[in-house]
Amino acid sequence: MNEWLVIAGIACHAFSGVPGLFMRRDTAGGQRLALGLSVLGSALGMAVALAAFWAPTQSIAFIRLDALAAIFLIPIFWVSALGSIYGLEYWPQMKYPENGRKLRLFYGLVTAGLAGIAVSANSILFLFFWEVMALGAFFLVTTEDHEREVRDAGILYLVSTHFSTLCLFALFAIWHLVTGTFALGPLPPGAVTPTMATVIFILLLVAFGIKAGLMPFHVWLPGAHAAAPSHVSALMSGVLIKIGIYGLARMVSWLPDPPVWWGGLLLVLGTVSGILGVVFALGQHDLKRLLAYHSIENIGIIVMGLGLAMVGRSLQVSTWIVLGLAGALLHVWNHGLFKSLLFLSAGSVVHSTHTRSIDKLGGLAAAMPLTALFFAIGAVAICGLPPLNGFVSELLIYLGLFRTLGLGTEPSWGVAAFSAALLAMIGALAVACFVKAFGAIFLGSARSDSAREAHESGRAITGPMFALALCCLVIGLFPRLVCPLLQQGVAVWIPSYDGQLPSLAMMAPMGWISVVGLTLVGLLLAIGALWGLRLRRSRVGAAGTWDCGYAAPSPHMQYTASSFAQMLGVFFVWVLRPQVHASGKQTVFPGPAHFRSHVMDVVLDEILRPLYQVGVRITTAFRYFQGGNIHAYLAYIVIFLILLLLWK
Amino acid sequence: MSQVFMHIFILLLVPPLLLGVIGKTKALFGGRKGPPLLQPYYDLIRLFQKGTVFSTTTTWVFRAGPVVGLATTLLAGMLIPFGGHGAPVSFAGDMILFAYLFALGRFFTASAALDTGSAFEGMGAAREVTFSCLAEPALFFCFLVLAKLSASLSLTTMLSGTCPLGTGVEAPALVLVAASLFVILLVENSRIPFDDPNTHLELTMIHEVMVLDHSGPALGLIQYGAAMKLFVMGSVLLRVVAPFAAPSAWADWGLFILGMLALAVVIGVVESAMARFRMVFVPTFLVAACLLSAFGVILLLR
Repeated sequence: MNEWLVIAGIACHAFSGVPGLFMRRDTAGGQRLALGLSVLGSALGMAVALAAFWAPTQSIAFIRLDALAAIFLIPIFWVSALGSIYGLEYWPQMKYPENGRKLRLFYGLVTAGLAGIAVSANSILFLFFWEVMALGAFFLVTTEDHEREVRDAGILYLVSTHFSTLCLFALFAIWHLVTGTFALGPLPPGAVTPTMATVIFILLLVAFGIKAGLMPFHVWLPGAHAAAPSHVSALMSGVLIKIGIYGLARMVSWLPDPPVWWGGLLLVLGTVSGILGVVFALGQHDLKRLLAYHSIENIGIIVMGLGLAMVGRSLQVSTWIVLGLAGALLHVWNHGLFKSLLFLSAGSVVHSTHTRSIDKLGGLAAAMPLTALFFAIGAVAICGLPPLNGFVSELLIYLGLFRTLGLGTEPSWGVAAFSAALLAMIGALAVACFVKAFGAIFLGSARSDSAREAHESGRAITGPMFALALCCLVIGLFPRLVCPLLQQGVAVWIPSYDGQLPSLAMMAPMGWISVVGLTLVGLLLAIGALWGLRLRRSRVGAAGTWDCGYAAPSPHMQYTASSFAQMLGVFFVWVLRPQVHASGKQTVFPGPAHFRSHVMDVVLDEILRPLYQVGVRITTAFRYFQGGNIHAYLAYIVIFLILLLLWK
Repeated sequence: MSQVFMHIFILLLVPPLLLGVIGKTKALFGGRKGPPLLQPYYDLIRLFQKGTVFSTTTTWVFRAGPVVGLATTLLAGMLIPFGGHGAPVSFAGDMILFAYLFALGRFFTASAALDTGSAFEGMGAAREVTFSCLAEPALFFCFLVLAKLSASLSLTTMLSGTCPLGTGVEAPALVLVAASLFVILLVENSRIPFDDPNTHLELTMIHEVMVLDHSGPALGLIQYGAAMKLFVMGSVLLRVVAPFAAPSAWADWGLFILGMLALAVVIGVVESAMARFRMVFVPTFLVAACLLSAFGVILLLR
């Protein structure tokens, strides 16, 4: 029964954009209909997913609805529905008659594809939904395909996602070879040889790593996120890349007897992704690219948790499994919430100022108070700071990593503990990056006319942001609420323990987090109120900012995002490799000077592009055979068939 | 219960005294009489009675800075055991909360600085967040060592003095941690040789330059918060270096406060004996602190 309901929910999303195709381009009816279907589908899907935590069912052979699937389904439906509401104002059909219909069609299809992947229990079905999602996302990224930058980002995404699909085809072919069936499920111990298991692991790491944007497979991610409309970026960053995590987590749980190095490799990749993601984010001038690099960072944190759980599984330490995996799964939710919130806030800024360049903004908090508040909440949450949700999931992963030290009589795998210190560094770097972004965009005074003329967005934009911010606050203050859900998810991931898993609520101080969080809120209010009373009774003046006596300060003298990140840029110059274009030495009477710098993506620009050039040079020789002459092609077919006949 | 009240009482009242002791020590070394020991209290009272001037560029973020800074420090102070008494709030993982509370305070004080739109305050904010990117891993390496030695994930147990000293590699690991914590203490609280709270040149400051535009009670909140931060972080170091407990509860409180004042004297001596480093050396020292405590972890892992 429940399976049919989730299929109905998926179908609602899949067809949400279809009626609009048959309506006039310049009317809003199709958009409202799409919104209605999307909200209906999401409500159905979320209700069924919640029920699945307590009553997992598999009455249809090719659909599996259990706690792990439900954990991924809930953010998919939630973020997608909120994005549809946001789209009403951000991408109205009346304003974008040429591409609004296409956008909504593929938005619904991608949501359907994502939800379909999460419930597929059959590799053919999985691949079908995977391609719906992957190709749909290509059309979403290239919504504004009249711009060259967008087309480039789209092509890069298409190439990457095809490579990922290629690996999946190989993976499922091997899976079929080993198991003899297309059904997906746990493999019994000894079903695969260690070599074969390693091949499968590497294939799924690459396939899902590309989709998740794990370093070094992240090359498509920044461009695609920046090019897409903001609610699409929110969907992609919030939930689409998590489907890579879902695939990874689900498939590794089915492989029997994982060696320790699998978990170790995931831990290393996660840590590298985390640090380099945030370092690259520090080097960005484009708000949405900055957020995109933060997705790479957070995927890194999630993979750290997953790696820890894998190590725990190999060494049979249940506490590491529970803490690592629960942290990873909760971070999937949390990142889905606060990153969508940040992308929607960024969209609100872009909607109002028509620029994504951080250094052209400034002082928006006065004109856009709600957007500024929601961005600040998202920023505090993504930095993992209390009392918001990011802190809870990072705390779980920290606790797990600290426990690898082997406290007292517990087993130890101490090298993992170094990840704890590096995670602390990731956190501090994230604070630096978000103070930079928040400060340069919303604080100080405006650096350009477009920033000066900014205005607050309407309710369709701020409403979804409010909903997401509220979720961040609720999970941050009352993490006990999600504890049972996470426990169920972990139990599904490692069925062999069968009720023997330690309780998450016992190991993690969920109650204390609530106490401390509420106390913090109380203290803030109390100190604020005391100060407010004091202010009311004393003289309050207003004056310009202290400018050290300089007579004519201008907004251009403010610290910009680039100058703010300059010192950190110097630390990490070995990986950032900034390209600087500046005017040369000046004479006694200096003329106008200019300075420009931008940061390349090391993996894409210094490794993949040169490799690609080599590939192009080699394959150019074969272009002779593909001259567009259809007779020649027919001749090739005949020759090839004759060769095949000779061979067999 | 009375223990909790005593803890809060000390946390609220003693911190400015530390600044007084540091000032007096420096004055003695300089051959001056110096301001009275209670001068920081007089300063705070005077600031709280003054009016306030807000810059016209600022928003609510500017006002949130001092409030968040003080509230987070206060809460962090509740996680640290003072002397042999356990902390009022103690649970598995509270050291992570401890570090992250300061990060929350930093987020808002740095944002408040950027809210003024002044280049100088931007400089200060950039330096503050940059240096803490190196201080944070150093602090966590210290926590890792303490967690391993005390087999616990809670600050109260970590700092209870139950670490087995004198046998094997534990003592060197603790020495490394103490050195690392001292550097973190000086950097995070903007003391000489890393930063000079008394300098009057905006270009060279870190923490002080962030608060140029705060006045009256807001400045009072910031200075009170800064004193409390020094006290709280200092008490972590004190418990690592001297985890002693006196026989009776009241003697123990006294011993703890005496220990903190001694720490203030040490900081005063360091400030008198050293000149401020150039800004470029601050990261070098922080990396050194990081590596010291990382070696501590390696020693214990073997």
